[in-house]
Amino acid sequence: MRITTVRVIVQSVSFTLFLALLLLTCFSGLRGFPVSLFLELDPLTAVASSIASRTVYQNVIWALFLLLPTLLLGRFFCNWLCPFGILHQLTGWLARRRTPDKQRLETNRYRPLYGLKYALLVFILVAAVFGSLQNGLLDPAPTIYRSFTVAVLPVVDATVGGVYVRPHYHQAAWLVGALFLLFLGLNLLIPRFYCRVLCPLGAFLGWLARFSLFRIERNVARCTDCDLCLKSCEGACDPHSALRKAECFVCFNCIEDCPEDALRFAWLPPIRPDGDRGGEVTAAQPTRRQLAFGALAGALFVGWARSSGETSENFRPSCIRPPGAVPEHDFLARCIKCDQCIRVCPTNVLQPALLEAGLEGLWTPVMNMRLGYCELNCTLCGQVCPTGAIQRLTLDEKHGHGAFEGRGPVRSGTAFYDRGRCLPWAMDTSCAVCEEVCPVSPKAIFTRHVDIVDRQGQPQTIKRPYIDPTRCIGCGICEHECPVVDLRAVRVSAVGESRSKERSLLLQSGNAEVSAPS
Amino acid sequence: MSTLPAVDRREALRRIGLTAGVAAGFTAAGFALHDRRSGGAYFRDLANAEVVTLGDYRVPLKEGTPPLAIAHGDDPARLVEAAVAALGGMAHFVKPGDVVILKPNVAFDRAPALGATTSPAVLGAVAKMVRSCGARRILVIDNPINQPEGCFHKSGIAAAAAAAGCEVVMPTPARFATLAVGRFRGADGQLSGQRGDALDTWPLFYDPFKTATKVIGIAPCKDHNLCGASLTMKNWYGLLGGRRNQFHQQIHGIISDFPLLMRPTLVVLDATSILMKNGPTGGSTADVKPGRTVVVGTDMVAVDSYGYTLFERRTPAPEYLARATQRGLGNADWQSLQPTELTV
Repeated sequence: MRITTVRVIVQSVSFTLFLALLLLTCFSGLRGFPVSLFLELDPLTAVASSIASRTVYQNVIWALFLLLPTLLLGRFFCNWLCPFGILHQLTGWLARRRTPDKQRLETNRYRPLYGLKYALLVFILVAAVFGSLQNGLLDPAPTIYRSFTVAVLPVVDATVGGVYVRPHYHQAAWLVGALFLLFLGLNLLIPRFYCRVLCPLGAFLGWLARFSLFRIERNVARCTDCDLCLKSCEGACDPHSALRKAECFVCFNCIEDCPEDALRFAWLPPIRPDGDRGGEVTAAQPTRRQLAFGALAGALFVGWARSSGETSENFRPSCIRPPGAVPEHDFLARCIKCDQCIRVCPTNVLQPALLEAGLEGLWTPVMNMRLGYCELNCTLCGQVCPTGAIQRLTLDEKHGHGAFEGRGPVRSGTAFYDRGRCLPWAMDTSCAVCEEVCPVSPKAIFTRHVDIVDRQGQPQTIKRPYIDPTRCIGCGICEHECPVVDLRAVRVSAVGESRSKERSLLLQSGNAEVSAPS
Repeated sequence: MSTLPAVDRREALRRIGLTAGVAAGFTAAGFALHDRRSGGAYFRDLANAEVVTLGDYRVPLKEGTPPLAIAHGDDPARLVEAAVAALGGMAHFVKPGDVVILKPNVAFDRAPALGATTSPAVLGAVAKMVRSCGARRILVIDNPINQPEGCFHKSGIAAAAAAAGCEVVMPTPARFATLAVGRFRGADGQLSGQRGDALDTWPLFYDPFKTATKVIGIAPCKDHNLCGASLTMKNWYGLLGGRRNQFHQQIHGIISDFPLLMRPTLVVLDATSILMKNGPTGGSTADVKPGRTVVVGTDMVAVDSYGYTLFERRTPAPEYLARATQRGLGNADWQSLQPTELTV
């Protein structure tokens, strides 16, 4: 069997695995499968998140399974395993299958533009040094997970069904979807545009590839300089000349396409056997200006994002993080915007943030109680989070039961009444659905019987609801079930969350019990 | 088949060695940073994050000296001198080489005449006495509610501190650390002591305490909207940071924790003028009356219990005084202590 046939089979298996794991990332599917596998294998996620958070969380150590072979073989991930790369290759192939060879090989010559991805890598690493993890904006693993969760699966469900029991909605799905289409569409402009120009993971693997001991090697004596090796070259790595190790995807198309059998995958070939005509360009070739631009942009991005105060003093009430989320500054150092938590969330409460968490927090998970609520007996978001932005909690930990009695329940916010909109408060109308659904015991929502005289002059007794802030965990089911469905009469905001003292509401320390309203 | 020249052994070893080194580096870094723990461990670490403790800045009084002295008269400096003298003189408390923290109440952006802040004359008098005892450095610190620079400037405290050769230290965020209230650290690094009723750990304006050997609180005598009166105990509120607006949820518990939080060398109650109402901010000279009094003591509960009598109210003394007494942190029955009372 030809090596490229093996490669196509491996790619198909890899993409099928990605899809299967994605479909299993749901209430009935989990069963211990490593559903975040491609995220945990991603060396850029591992390196950037460990710089930002000083932690390699649980399975993220698996990134070594990719990183170490790259040091031996080069950037093979890009053309053998990457599920996003597979889509780009497929799109490019579909677009050019009738293009004459001569034209095709011209599209596969190296261009200085391909140095841009190194600038984006530097941007990500510099931002990570300042504690802001941004690889998820472009890293292909989080990007394809997010695109499928937010933009593809809901459309599949709406057309053929079968993905959700109740339909799921995602804030600004159009934005994620449009970017996904744009990234695929750019293949019409330049084949593998995303992989060659934008991909920061590719840039990181390209940097690692300079140490690789194998590479494509050209026998200059046999080569007739026909350049046909460029015809299907995925990486635009100049196999017809000095091979650019950092750009080569190890797709082996050049070896197949060479009519003279002048190319082979060689162990430790000499760096420069034949002057400038053969050999290799060992290191990536971004311009100094590209790198400086990336570093400056990374530093300014964090500086400006933080100076808005939106991650600290000026935080938004709608920045409600799910239970298990670590304190905000650490959250922003860990979350890779893969949106696996959003994928697995059974109630649809988790949404990809736009500006709720500031510029840095784009596409990180926030809770929207209009679309869902946090299920009391559920910790799935923490189970699938690859980087520990949402920690794996047991139900006892979440509820503050058993060994965690002293610490109390994990709170994600606090509910507040809008008495001008609440039916018993404003309209003499009985309701108290919020009290009914409040899941904690004792209930955080309690009612007081009030004797009123209605407008017909008849005496009535009505139950008016109140929040006990010592019991409220911010799950939002009261807001979700409130019959005032446009702007709910009870709404949760982020204050009172237990992960941070800065966003707490009640004084809770010392020996004294906090007294509940009586 | 190949006509390519092979790399020589030295080159091969160099390249293999380099690659192996990079591989080993990533592997080692990965496992060094690897966190395989469950979520519970993260939040336990967060709850047990590093804390600091404060020292015990007290100096025992000579046998038979009552723990508070009250001086009446018109000259603030002479009032301070007379009251301190009755406790044994400043030289009994401050030794040459000491680094002394003075904690006035500079909470608000107010002129001295409005009685919302410690009077510059009293601060200056204390500072001068401390200096004359050979203190190496005198640090004047507070974490005001209003904008700090404006508070220190407009209250006259900055000028008085400068005139007396003190250093004002501004409460920048980097100077705060989490204090374990009421705990101290033994030689083995373990914490002992008791946590507060309302306060366990809390951010404290800690940086000046790294070098301080003595601490003197200098509080104005003020009405307070919630707890009745803001005196020498309540003054320590101003060293805390974080979301201290939550303290109002358990104000008497919090204030009765302060004698546990801070074991100062001396407290000075500056009642040269008294903010009788609209406290703790005041804002009109009509809220202020001349008090002609300075109280100095080592028992802040006793000092404040006496101080509350200066408001001449028929209402009972603030609950925090009784609570602190009950917990053995001081004595609200100031008369039983037979304080020295003099007029100068």
